[in-house]
Amino acid sequence: MNIYVILKRTFDTEEKIVIENGKISEDGVEFIINPYDEYAVEEAIKLRDEHGGEVTVVTVGEEESDKQLRTALAMGADKSVLIDDEDVEDGDQFSTAKILAAYFEDKEVDIIIGGNVAIDGASGQVGPRLAELLDIPHVTTITKLEIDGTNVKIERDVEGDVEVIETSLPVLVTAQQGLNEPRYPSLPGIMKAKKKPLEELEIDDLDLDEDEVEGKTRTLEVYLPPEKQAGKVLEGELDDQVKELVSLLRSEAKVI
Amino acid sequence: MSSSVDKKAAKGGSFLIEEVEAQSVFTPEDFNEEQILMGKTTEDFVVKEVVPQLEKIENHQFDISRDLLTKAGELGLLGADVPEEYGGLALDKISSSLITEKFSRARSFSLSYGAHVGIGSLPIVLFGNEEQKQQYLPDLATGKRIAAYALTEPGSGSDALGAKTVAKLNDVGTHYVLNGEKQWITNSAFADVFVVYAKIDGEQFSAFIVERDFEGVSTGPEEKKMGIKGSSTRTLILEDALVPKENLLGDAGRGHVIAFNILNIGRYKLAVGCVGAAKRALEVSIKYANERQQFKQPISRFTLIQEKLATMAAKAYASESSVYRTVGMYEDRLGALSPEEQKDGSLLAKGIAEYAIECSLNKVFASEVLDHVVDEAVQIHGGYGFMSEYEVENMYRDSRINRIFEGTNEINRLLVPGTLLRKAMKGELPLLQKATELQNELMMLMPEELSDEPLAQEKQFVKNAKKIFLMIAGLAVQKYGEKLEHEQEILSNVADIVSEAYAIESVVLRTEKAIQQKGAEKAAQKIRLAEIYCQEAFERIEAHAKESIVAIEDGDQLRMMLSALKKLTRYTPINVVKKKREVAAVLLKEEKYVV
Repeated sequence: MNIYVILKRTFDTEEKIVIENGKISEDGVEFIINPYDEYAVEEAIKLRDEHGGEVTVVTVGEEESDKQLRTALAMGADKSVLIDDEDVEDGDQFSTAKILAAYFEDKEVDIIIGGNVAIDGASGQVGPRLAELLDIPHVTTITKLEIDGTNVKIERDVEGDVEVIETSLPVLVTAQQGLNEPRYPSLPGIMKAKKKPLEELEIDDLDLDEDEVEGKTRTLEVYLPPEKQAGKVLEGELDDQVKELVSLLRSEAKVI
Repeated sequence: MSSSVDKKAAKGGSFLIEEVEAQSVFTPEDFNEEQILMGKTTEDFVVKEVVPQLEKIENHQFDISRDLLTKAGELGLLGADVPEEYGGLALDKISSSLITEKFSRARSFSLSYGAHVGIGSLPIVLFGNEEQKQQYLPDLATGKRIAAYALTEPGSGSDALGAKTVAKLNDVGTHYVLNGEKQWITNSAFADVFVVYAKIDGEQFSAFIVERDFEGVSTGPEEKKMGIKGSSTRTLILEDALVPKENLLGDAGRGHVIAFNILNIGRYKLAVGCVGAAKRALEVSIKYANERQQFKQPISRFTLIQEKLATMAAKAYASESSVYRTVGMYEDRLGALSPEEQKDGSLLAKGIAEYAIECSLNKVFASEVLDHVVDEAVQIHGGYGFMSEYEVENMYRDSRINRIFEGTNEINRLLVPGTLLRKAMKGELPLLQKATELQNELMMLMPEELSDEPLAQEKQFVKNAKKIFLMIAGLAVQKYGEKLEHEQEILSNVADIVSEAYAIESVVLRTEKAIQQKGAEKAAQKIRLAEIYCQEAFERIEAHAKESIVAIEDGDQLRMMLSALKKLTRYTPINVVKKKREVAAVLLKEEKYVV
């Protein structure tokens, strides 16, 4: 089986966001594999162990993403590809999907697994966009995956409910929490990862022009959510409290 | 040892008489990607698998400890120091130290881990013969079997060679029959293999590999301890225990070689664990100080809390810098051995023994830094720090044993001047010659003009600390000669001077290396920590020196030496109050130990 994982390097979940000159500062920040993509890596390795084949992990991002690829290799993936998008202006989900589509153009693909959403941009778009471009079916937020021949049975999370879907390979799926429990890279795994292939590609290598993949969105402003204000405890008769609450929700919070 | 090794790796104790280059030392900024990843795996394992079980483990549910060790084995965490041909990973010492550091978060479980991979397995790794290695190491490296180490007896602690356990070859000559009781054996509830010391015919101190299932082997009841409650501690009872004669480890009568070498390793590994624990206690305290509100503001706004945090950070920085510098030296020496030589345990042991002084220094220093840090951590937590549901309460109790086991800090202090003197006598370190040179220099000592470069003052401290060591050690040797060993207070002072000298030098070298690599701006916090630590340490050095001179000399000689000391300790102090506020500001913003 030709199993592919699309993976993104993101801020560590424990990092505090600092904005400097209208941008999110990356100074001294620790990076990780996007946690949802970790489920994707784990699922890919399990599929390979069950059905045979090869797991290739692909990322579009800056040069430093090689660390996250090495981690995926240490977990057990076989090969990895880093497509450097440094030259792409205002890269967004459109850009990433387009670049990935160009990469996959000449590949034999059985399944592509990604995370349901990246914890930074949180658009959840790259997976579905890529599937559209490759003209293959996609199923998002999956929590269970069974493959029998080319038949695929999937359970997906729909706002807390479960939807069961049957489809066939090739397919693109995105992983939701609960799909599996990602393994830690074992020490022997880490040592082996060093010797596994990590291919580095530029946009040019994919016969793409930088202009073709320039982002379609513009960021107007970046700001932090307002700091949480001190709470207010209402006092007096219950009826009066309710009235006051309603009036505050109208006048102060402006939510009703 | 080949000559290439000697050129590359620093000689043990040589820092006292040589100038050391920043580029030649290993610092925690030098971890490579793979080492960081291994540290991360360890940390993830500990935080996600071990920490949630700690309460149960500390209630002596040792089946959990046993399961966790198996899981650790599956991840390769038990094989770091075991050669590949016996199922291990043969990692470099830097990786294995980082793993040890990350394990410290597992509190008492890290003792179970440490006793297994360290003092339990290493005697076989380093001193086992081919059959013994093949028989035991693959299982130990994967966690299929767990190891323990049995040296201490009720009547022999620091005086390890005074052991009373006896081994006698049976009449048919097939088995040693062991009789005696070993005490405070970590992992004893579930260990499968014990390295046991006993005297053959009551005379030849030797090591044996003893399996739990051997006839005549049993363990006593679980001890009730002040701390590290999650590590199993029992006696090992040997009643006509039958040990196949093939299980004699190393040569008969050479057990002390094994014991002392394993102690050296145990000491530096203990120091690495203390570094990890100190960083954790600091982090927990910073977070608490930011959260805890009193007088309508977080207590971290109070400068007295800030002062505590900054001092803890400066000490943690010093201990981390010293310990990893030592790990680096050890790795330099062992890494330079050929693959063939790597297999020779006695060469590996020799490599460690070279740094016996540094191992003792680190053990004493890191365990005392940790004790200070956990003490202040409890203090910052106030009454809550005294409550068991707070992590620091546990850390406080767990910390105390570090100053006692692997050789008490007193024994380790005495070892430092003792070993230095022996090296001087053997001609390995030209200490006496340097001491004589210094005497002449002292007479004509002129204050030096310092540059404006960062660390200029701190480098001066390092230089003068070494001179103060030579001066005090020289005086003591002159005055007491052979009888010096009875002057334990002086010896301990000398050890403290050496220890602080090593610490401030390690801090300065690490900071300097960081400046060289990333520039002074990026190293700002390191520079502040170095300035704080070095000044406060230098004041302690001066106090130890003064006390020693007054004890050794009198009359004119006393006055002369005190005035020489004054010259060596003259400097313009920095405002540490201000510096500590600056350090604390960074800690409180980042909410963790950052340098």
